[in-house]
Amino acid sequence: MNDFWLHPTLILLAGAVLLPLVPRALKRPFLLAVPVLLLARIVCMTAHQGDYGDVVFLDWHLRFGRVDGLSSVFGVIMGLMAVIGTLYGLHVKEDAQHIAAWIYVGGSVGAVYAGDFLTLFLFWEVMAFSSVFLIWFRRRPRSLGAGYRYLLVHVAGGLALLGGIVLNYQATHSWAFDHLDVAHPTAAIYLIMVGFILNAAVPPLHAWLPDAYGEATFNGSVFLCAFTTKTAVYALCRGLAGMDILVPLGVAMALYGVVYAVLENDSRRLLAYHIISQVGYMVAAAGLGTAMAINGACAHAFAHILYKGLLFMGCGSVLYMTGESRFTELGGLWRRMPWTFLFTLIGGLSISAFPLFSGFVSKSMIVAAGFEEKRYWVGFLLMLASAGTFLHTGLKVPYFIWFGKNQPRPETLARAVDPPWNMMAAMAVAAFFCIFIGCAPGLLYQLLPYKAEALAYAPYTPYHICETLLILLFTAVGFFLLLRKLTPEPLISLDLDWFYRKGGRAFLWVACHPIQAVDTFVGELYRVAGLAPLMVAARVASLFDGRVIDGAVDGLASAVRDAGRRLRSAQRGAMQESLAFTFAIAAVLLMVLVFLAHKS
Amino acid sequence: MILVKLIETLQRSMKTVLGVVWAVLALLLVWSLFVHPESAPEPAGEEGGMLASLHSVFEKWPGLWALFGFLGCCVIIYVSKAFGHAGIMVREDYYDE
Repeated sequence: MNDFWLHPTLILLAGAVLLPLVPRALKRPFLLAVPVLLLARIVCMTAHQGDYGDVVFLDWHLRFGRVDGLSSVFGVIMGLMAVIGTLYGLHVKEDAQHIAAWIYVGGSVGAVYAGDFLTLFLFWEVMAFSSVFLIWFRRRPRSLGAGYRYLLVHVAGGLALLGGIVLNYQATHSWAFDHLDVAHPTAAIYLIMVGFILNAAVPPLHAWLPDAYGEATFNGSVFLCAFTTKTAVYALCRGLAGMDILVPLGVAMALYGVVYAVLENDSRRLLAYHIISQVGYMVAAAGLGTAMAINGACAHAFAHILYKGLLFMGCGSVLYMTGESRFTELGGLWRRMPWTFLFTLIGGLSISAFPLFSGFVSKSMIVAAGFEEKRYWVGFLLMLASAGTFLHTGLKVPYFIWFGKNQPRPETLARAVDPPWNMMAAMAVAAFFCIFIGCAPGLLYQLLPYKAEALAYAPYTPYHICETLLILLFTAVGFFLLLRKLTPEPLISLDLDWFYRKGGRAFLWVACHPIQAVDTFVGELYRVAGLAPLMVAARVASLFDGRVIDGAVDGLASAVRDAGRRLRSAQRGAMQESLAFTFAIAAVLLMVLVFLAHKS
Repeated sequence: MILVKLIETLQRSMKTVLGVVWAVLALLLVWSLFVHPESAPEPAGEEGGMLASLHSVFEKWPGLWALFGFLGCCVIIYVSKAFGHAGIMVREDYYDE
């Protein structure tokens, strides 16, 4: 091992262990200090790039700290989001919730800095097993089910990843997590890809995301929306950049999320579908694999973590204050929660890539990379998805929560006020960064892995501004013209989780009906075909026993008795007479024998 | 509160707001006649076939992006709703027993 190198995850793990011991008066400063330390450590590491944390375990060489351009940009944003997320949930009294969130963030940060597949897999699983608590802590029966489904899906994905890793080791004799030979994909590479794209929520492996993120606690979703999918984007950029199949998958994903967002009635599930849509851009960019595309994927992940966190914080505030997240139960809250509205709107404008907001400087890189690579359909379809993004997150979410014709129930309205100061502060910080990145993209571009290409990219050209504004504003015209058509309906939309939710139920049904029926049939068969003949047989046996055996025994006994009586009469006690009688018979028998033998 | 007052003012003068919005849209369309992409326009139909020429048409007439946004929005809404009403949308307690 090199000189002592403090792994950033250790800060979070130490904080998680110490948190229950901290006296109540110092709890809040401590809660803030730990993620701030994490961020400071990550920023320090960014300045000293290289390989650290080498460990020899058995015969294997593990590397916990690969600090380069790609891991640093993800590390920095994860550190920043850890601060914002913890600030947002600062007033939550339950230590366990903070501990789960920190371990989850620690897993994510560890996976980003992992230099080999074994370390990656270790942190990958830490993420899955700690994040499920952020769902369970909501303590609704539905959350329990959603958490178990989340865990099962991620365990399956983890197994695919592990299988791929082991096969890859067999082929290359190396655990190193570097760029794989995506031009000649083997079974190992496909399995690793399945593990990665499951965490990135690429259809058809995506249904866990809206299922879980819509059911998590109000602050749990803020953490969840930032880390799992973005760690997967990092892994795709690192290991599978340029893998062609990712391009159509990413584009399909970007549109899939948009379609479901139209239908969705729950604001947080709508945002979850838009994660799928936005991560679609990043997956497509990873598939394109050019310097511009990878820069775009990283920049978009960076911007996305901030604005999606902000949006989840906004909708989480509404949920936390009113207890409602469904559009049909909300409406007209602008007078009651004006600041929450403003922050959510900033998040909405950022995700929609409005000029001066963060999405504008990141999303456009990916679209430009598509057109640059002459993948025109990629560019066009991703632009269509941008129109859809503005339609839902920029317009539908703010409109139907804070305006709209719907009147919420009086008790919902009475509870609706802007949330506690820490939640407001967290939203303000995220909103600040959304605008800051949008206005001064150079600072973000300096962090990107291909710095020269990034700094050469200029998002603010008159053509690009005009093009974006035209698309977005005319989408808004469409939104207001078709407002009626968009009125939320109190329904849920079936997604591919139907197969395992109903599949589980089908399994239960199979267990309850056919298997139960077979069991009953066997029982009945035993009763009818087994028990009844047995009874008949027993009755016959008893009859046989009573009549035949007893009769025979009785008969034998009486015969013996009769014979005895007769014999007794023949016995007169004279020993000699008896002997003579016996010899006489023996002599007769002997003579018969001799006669027979002679004859033959 | 300043934000509430601002929204109230905007809501009171809805007609003016709408007028401004339409004016902005019109100005944008006018502006689009004067902007050109940074990169030199590619010769149409070289690679990528029809979509490539479509892209160069869009680059030549940036106002078309307005049509793209508006029609895209309509297509997304109608297609999604048709998809949802084809049996995808079910009552909220569908998964509860």
